[in-house]
Amino acid sequence: MASAHSIPSIEERFEFTSGAKRNLIIGGAVGVALIALGAYLAASGGGHHEAVAHGAEHAASAIAHPTPENAGKAHVAAEAGHHVKGLAARIWANLWVNAVYFTGISVIGMFFISYNYLAQAGWSAVFKRIPEALPAFLPVTGIVMLITFFFGGHDLFHWTDASLYEVGGEHYDPIIAGKQGFLNTPFFVGRLIFYFVAWYGMWKVIRKYSLQEDEIGGTEFYDKSIRLGTAFLVVFGVTSSTSAWDFVMSIDTHWFSTMFGWYTLASWHVAGLAVITLTIVMLRERGYLRAVNASHLRDLGKFVFAFSIFWTYVWFAQFLLIYYANMPEETIYFIERFRGYDGFFKAPFFITLILNFFLPFLILMTRDAKATHSILKVACWCVIIGHYMDFYTNVMPGTMGSSAGFGPLEWGFFVLFLSAFAYSVASQLEKANLIPRHHPMLEESLHHDIA
Amino acid sequence: MAELTGKYLVGVYDDDDTVLHAVPRLRKAGVKIQEVYSPFPIHGLDEALGHPRTRIGIAAFMFGVTGCCVALTLMIWTMGIDWPMIIGGKDPISIPNYIPITFELTVLFTAFGMVTTFFISNGLSPAAHNHKRFDVRSTDNKFVMAIDMGRNSMSEDEISRVLRDSGAEEVNIKQF
Repeated sequence: MASAHSIPSIEERFEFTSGAKRNLIIGGAVGVALIALGAYLAASGGGHHEAVAHGAEHAASAIAHPTPENAGKAHVAAEAGHHVKGLAARIWANLWVNAVYFTGISVIGMFFISYNYLAQAGWSAVFKRIPEALPAFLPVTGIVMLITFFFGGHDLFHWTDASLYEVGGEHYDPIIAGKQGFLNTPFFVGRLIFYFVAWYGMWKVIRKYSLQEDEIGGTEFYDKSIRLGTAFLVVFGVTSSTSAWDFVMSIDTHWFSTMFGWYTLASWHVAGLAVITLTIVMLRERGYLRAVNASHLRDLGKFVFAFSIFWTYVWFAQFLLIYYANMPEETIYFIERFRGYDGFFKAPFFITLILNFFLPFLILMTRDAKATHSILKVACWCVIIGHYMDFYTNVMPGTMGSSAGFGPLEWGFFVLFLSAFAYSVASQLEKANLIPRHHPMLEESLHHDIA
Repeated sequence: MAELTGKYLVGVYDDDDTVLHAVPRLRKAGVKIQEVYSPFPIHGLDEALGHPRTRIGIAAFMFGVTGCCVALTLMIWTMGIDWPMIIGGKDPISIPNYIPITFELTVLFTAFGMVTTFFISNGLSPAAHNHKRFDVRSTDNKFVMAIDMGRNSMSEDEISRVLRDSGAEEVNIKQF
């Protein structure tokens, strides 16, 4: 019985200690060092397989045996052949993967509080500050994406090549030319800026309401937040899909999937939930958030568990239809990841499935597991790393192809982004009382009991 | 569930909150409670009564694994071994094609298996005519607490007094 337990104090301030700051800065420095090491290794010519020779060989054998499967091979091989990318492209691609991934995690914080407001959910009020702290990182990823697009866009996005649109020209591509109305630089940059302004701007306002509510109280800010949260969900309902097309799907310019918007949203969502859960567990281990009880943890664990399955469901729905129909222009996407580029992406492809489905599914299945700190931590890290691999597998074949690598450079960028993100979240948590003391649903949340 | 025989004291309560608070009081006084019957689920009652946790989850997992194996065996045998068929240009045994049906049969076996297990362990079946009730009002507006006199060493009067103290509006005797 929840009422039998005493409720810990709701007045608590998170202190971002100098030790924690130092650790995160060291984390960032380790990231930079790994990047430097990776860049040195790549520049000194280690690692890559002989793409050109292989590409030509595959293409020749595919032309000799023209079956639909071989047509795919020829396409892969042809792309592998004429795209040998250098170190700069690899750095831009890594920046893009991480920026897209952490943009998603950040905006999911806003998404989480918005649908909790819309549902007038009570249980989540006590830890509302944690999802609320995530979107503060959006300007960083937004600027990184803009810079990456301006300087490295041509390395990442095939459709930025102007010669594709010259009717009658050597490189004229009628399929890509048909998409020009949507995929052109001014509109793309406009959309990119719009996403970040809309997401970050709406978060700024809801955050302001939340902090005012802490000082003044009453239900006025709660009502306003419900309205704003609902508006955000409408905006995000559209922009989550379009941003997924822009950021990820447009890399493989010929290919499209109607599941892709949902697929990326599912990926972002479960990663965001894992970050929220992990942050709460880590705060509890440091003595904060004692008011979060086993029922809250179990519900968060269920969220991660359920949305891991949801992601898998969407992933599989996309895969199965393409597999069944077996149309070359669609299967190319999976052939590239399965056996294109000497099978380089086969490992990340399957690691993604293991980390994002099998492990969380088995680890979080039992009731007790969902309320155990150590088990939740393992499951959340699986999901966080797994969805990084997910974006890696989505972005890299189309951008780097046979020049892709997975070494210190990739780890370094991930560690650097992770440290910067954690720094941003911790500085936001420090700015307000860790428990929203005047939230109208707080009392219900403190007594949350699903036994 | 054990067969109900012998003599029972039946406390009738009017309010779910009263009965929820009565349970720890009675247990503290040394009374062993058989069961509490309520028209709707009461949060925290299972814990208060100290009932062991249900093992139906384990049964569900077993049924699920059975369903998964049955589905895969069925499809691999019929489609791949007994009468190999090529559908959509795929191998006769192609696991991705089998996943939706494997999922369906896993869920089907789990659901049916759990319902059957639940009925059996509660003595519910179309053939069961052993309708022993402590008080029919527990399906309407009353909360009924049953105490097995065979398992309690305290006297009837004493238990009856504790029941009334804890808020019971009636205390009846039921003999099966």
